[in-house]
Amino acid sequence: MEQAAVAPLKKTPLHARHRASGAKLVPFGGWDMPVEYSGIVAEHMAVRERAGIFDVSHMGEIEIAGRHALEAVQRISCNDASKLQVGQAQYSGLLTPCGTFVDDLLVYRLAASHFLLVVNASHIAEDYRYIAEHIKPAGDAVAVDASSRYALVAVQGPRALEVLQPLTGVDLSTLKYYWFAHGEVAGVRATISRTGYTGEDGFEILVPPQAADRLWLAVLEAGRVVDLLPCGLGARDTLRLEAAMRLHGSDIDETTTVLEADLGWIVGWTKPDFIGAEVLRKQKADGVTRRLVGFELLDPGIARHGHDVYVGDAKVGAVTSGTQTPYLKKAIGMAYLPVAQTAVGAEFDVDIRGRRARAKVVAMPFYKRAK
Amino acid sequence: MTYPSNLKYTKDHEWIDISGDRGAVGITAYAQQQLGDVVYVELPEVGASLKAGQSFGTIESVKAVSELYSPVSGQVVEVNAALKTKPETVNADPHGSWMIILALTNASEAETLLDAGQYQDLVK
Repeated sequence: MEQAAVAPLKKTPLHARHRASGAKLVPFGGWDMPVEYSGIVAEHMAVRERAGIFDVSHMGEIEIAGRHALEAVQRISCNDASKLQVGQAQYSGLLTPCGTFVDDLLVYRLAASHFLLVVNASHIAEDYRYIAEHIKPAGDAVAVDASSRYALVAVQGPRALEVLQPLTGVDLSTLKYYWFAHGEVAGVRATISRTGYTGEDGFEILVPPQAADRLWLAVLEAGRVVDLLPCGLGARDTLRLEAAMRLHGSDIDETTTVLEADLGWIVGWTKPDFIGAEVLRKQKADGVTRRLVGFELLDPGIARHGHDVYVGDAKVGAVTSGTQTPYLKKAIGMAYLPVAQTAVGAEFDVDIRGRRARAKVVAMPFYKRAK
Repeated sequence: MTYPSNLKYTKDHEWIDISGDRGAVGITAYAQQQLGDVVYVELPEVGASLKAGQSFGTIESVKAVSELYSPVSGQVVEVNAALKTKPETVNADPHGSWMIILALTNASEAETLLDAGQYQDLVK
């Protein structure tokens, strides 16, 4: 089908604020988003050492409610949502019947029969169609694309709690990792979850779009004492890669199964059925032929998404993500390798624009915060 | 940003500082700002022969990789090895961070390069 003329870029409720603050904006998944404010390295280090704030309002929100909402979620999401208590969230995948990723997402249990799914920006429409179609057999449940009703702001870093606590009546110190609470932040009605995409402690705050700017300014002001920085998608990407969090569209997609991506822990193996279950159960029993690994470059250079991976003269895969990490100060990345090559310490070559650079498989995550 | 008047510039955002038959080559303040945090500079071997406009290496920031192009023809007589360990100096002092020194083989090529005023107009 012919693509229509390029659609205008979408803007988050904080777009004018980013523009006014001098952020560098770039198109990302159909959105005009800040890629950096003061520089990727400075922003990355702020989150590792202090705190940073991110506008991630481009992310989509899909709600599923109804008497059989749990059955509906169980069918379309591979993780076991029955294990979620009200107020708890989990990482999961929307899968094809082949056990590969339509998208990855967070599932929040808002009430016994009411779930909120936070999905990737560029997949909102596709995910919604997929969900609406596939929950039908589950019974009495409806899905609503509620993306326009939410702005989403992430405050991340070891001092995120210290920055946010004065702005809210919710006791953040008692909020456990991957739990959430409803309350007010800076006078704005909010859902605050202790989640993030940086490998650091932190919070993600869902607010009505018209209140996003008020929240943003309040956090910036409260963050001055710790030198909190506004951060863009550039730092978000280097942070998540150090933490070995998968990026949909790069590390995982419709060609990679959950087990190949080494994400078996997000599969609800004991629940009765879900889309993709049959293939994944068979793959679990038979073993996978390739697996996503983390690697470090031993030679100078930076491996990037799409660079070919060789063992000897044989091309065996490709780099899915790669960067020079600001905190670890190493060139790291992820790649799919034949299982025989995936042991920690195994070496291979990455073709960096015609030059072979030696790489070594290392354990993931590359960075793990001190508890 | 200010562009020193003793340097010559290319449309690809390199500068060259010519004295006699030698020229030191680097990238401009505009280029480093567009790239963001520089983390890796790959430079040629001493002795390499370059034509005007030929790629002599690559520069990588956290977010992107760019080719480096020689402003004029010449032979590489010196390479700034300090950039291997401290590539970030390109961000801090772009017009002071030379990458290679060329022995020029066709000095008249320099006349086709931009002066500071022309380069300033190009990037404003």
